[in-house]
Amino acid sequence: MVDATGERMADVLVQGVLVTAVGSDLDMPFGATVLDAEGCIVSPGLVDLHTHLRQPGREEAETVQTGARAAALGGYTAVVAMPNTEPPIDCAAAVREVLELGLSAVCDVRVAGAITSGRRGRELAPMGEMADLGVRLFTDDGDGVQDARLMRRAFEYASALGVTLAQHCEDKVMAAGGHMHEGEWSSRLGLPGQPAEAEELMVGRDIALARLTGGRVHFLHLSTAGSVEAVRAAKAEGLAVTAEATPHHFTLTDAAVAGYDTVFKVNPPLRTAADVVAVKAGLADGTIDAIATDHAPHAAEDKEVPFDQARPGMLGLETALALALTELEVPIATVLALLSWNPARIAGLESTHGGPVAEGRPANLCVIDPAAAWVVDPAALASRSRNTPYAGRKLTGRVRHTVLRGEPVVVDGRATR
Amino acid sequence: MNHLLSISDLGAEGIEEVMRVTDSFVEVSERAIPRVPALRGKTVVSLFYEDSTRTRLSFEMAAKRLSADTMNFSVSTSSAKKGESLRDTCQTIEAMGIDALVVRHASAGVPWQVASWVGCSVINAGDGWHEHPTQALLDCYTIRGRRGSLDGLRIAVVGDVKHSRVARSDVLAFTMLGAEVIIVAPPTLLPPSLAGWPVEVSSDLDSVLPKADVVYLLRMQAERQSEALLPSLREYTARYGLTRHRVDMLPDDALIMHPGPINRGVEIAADVADLPRSLITRQVANGVAVRMAVLFLLLGQGPSGPLSGRSEPRA
Repeated sequence: MVDATGERMADVLVQGVLVTAVGSDLDMPFGATVLDAEGCIVSPGLVDLHTHLRQPGREEAETVQTGARAAALGGYTAVVAMPNTEPPIDCAAAVREVLELGLSAVCDVRVAGAITSGRRGRELAPMGEMADLGVRLFTDDGDGVQDARLMRRAFEYASALGVTLAQHCEDKVMAAGGHMHEGEWSSRLGLPGQPAEAEELMVGRDIALARLTGGRVHFLHLSTAGSVEAVRAAKAEGLAVTAEATPHHFTLTDAAVAGYDTVFKVNPPLRTAADVVAVKAGLADGTIDAIATDHAPHAAEDKEVPFDQARPGMLGLETALALALTELEVPIATVLALLSWNPARIAGLESTHGGPVAEGRPANLCVIDPAAAWVVDPAALASRSRNTPYAGRKLTGRVRHTVLRGEPVVVDGRATR
Repeated sequence: MNHLLSISDLGAEGIEEVMRVTDSFVEVSERAIPRVPALRGKTVVSLFYEDSTRTRLSFEMAAKRLSADTMNFSVSTSSAKKGESLRDTCQTIEAMGIDALVVRHASAGVPWQVASWVGCSVINAGDGWHEHPTQALLDCYTIRGRRGSLDGLRIAVVGDVKHSRVARSDVLAFTMLGAEVIIVAPPTLLPPSLAGWPVEVSSDLDSVLPKADVVYLLRMQAERQSEALLPSLREYTARYGLTRHRVDMLPDDALIMHPGPINRGVEIAADVADLPRSLITRQVANGVAVRMAVLFLLLGQGPSGPLSGRSEPRA
């Protein structure tokens, strides 16, 4: 068993929605279901800070139900749904709709609210009424707030609500028209690029605004060496800054675009090998607090178009843990910190998710077989979409069971409902 | 090989082979009845999602001279306007039983995508800023016709390299055949990175001209001004235009080329375009024979007829 308190060998007894005992030689109640965890790691369930469930508005790509099933199969017991739905989640009614859809899902579905109305970047969304429903993260994900003065006001307003602002860092003017990372590959492929600086300018701006306002900022999907370095310096300075990185930004580079396969189109774009090294280093030394998937399902017809017309985004929920275990050279406890208890803390979910596996805690758990080797098959994924960039990739480490509020929702790698 | 997507698919040997086959088709083009039955029964469809006159006509004429049936799909009159996807359009056309699709699209990479969706041959007739391989082949053929070979020549490619599919294909082809390439452009019109490009770079045309064997001018588009890449076309012409004065700085036997359509008075002075050393119309004429060679090598030798095939045309 691995959690924030360390590693130990033990059995776990779950009754109702709670863990009721942890130890060896536990008395098993009559009729109990036994989930075999021989050779496996029992961990607090994973928490994804960055999931696109596409509902409402793009149900052909994903729904709360299908996305939650993909999440459970990936070991997640909680996901934070991003607000760029159609219509966007920018008021209490929209938050309520998604939360209600999530009640019967096989993963705890939480919601990030928009910072600005309609995600248009003009006036503040009613953050207070959304915070009253439990929303703890606010972001205009996909469209970072461009107006520095508005962002300053958002920081100031949010501080009274005790919530965190999360930013998709991209200076829209600087990045305009760019469909991949600007550099050697974009130059060769004749595709308009967006430079690393388009991201770094906004990271730098928001660090300055966090300093000015005392506000709390979470940086979504950092992708460049310069961004990682800026966050490292901000943390050293003592600012209230956290950050996440996606599996694709530590496993793939812009060279993958060479065949113009739109499955590799994503925003922020895949960067250079040097950026991948920097993101990995940031994950290893704690500069980057969490691995988040940016799970972004797209229907085939939105990807089978010219590269510069394709929607950006790739699937992530069912491959994130295995990619982290396979590709990151860090102890398994660090991988789980990045995937479970750190993101739980950032999302304000620490009372129910990511906490130690201990008596009296909610039974949100996952059981991981760290030695299981498997090959990613897009057709076998539970997501409604197929846009994984990892088709055919060999990975090591797989979720065996997932337990949500005491219910085994994944058993031996299969969703139970 | 089933397709011609990039110059890098060919390599130096492939380019040489296209040029050898082109020699025979130049002879065909000079006949009273410039037509051979090499592709009788084959159907070549041009699928142009972007306006083009010369390239589309050139391919069409090449196919007709090989006795292939030709069809045109142009986007303004097609179902693409009714919202049909690129993939559906390609598969619909292919279902009619065709042998080659000649694809032009404003987006880089489209010919690669099309090639992954259809079973027939795909020829890239220009994709976004990326490549225009048959233009590079006809450019090589034209230079070779005047100078015998490209080996050791110094070729200055001047202008908007950043947005130029011609430049990308030409740089690959010229250097594969042993030429030295110097890119001459204001820094705003260079690709963001030239890592891996086997070229020299200069922003000073006047210093490059005295040692150039070929000056290859790229088309300058007025919209570059509104994108803040240039202060004005006038300033571009002053610094990078091939004026009469600059022609006098060239060696006597240096050649002038341009992929067309030319902007007289912008990248090239009106009278310079018509000088005997200007090969602009020669390029167009050779274009037909080069495209005949490409079509023949892809389609004319049965199911195993790759561009690397060795047999000569039965012209």
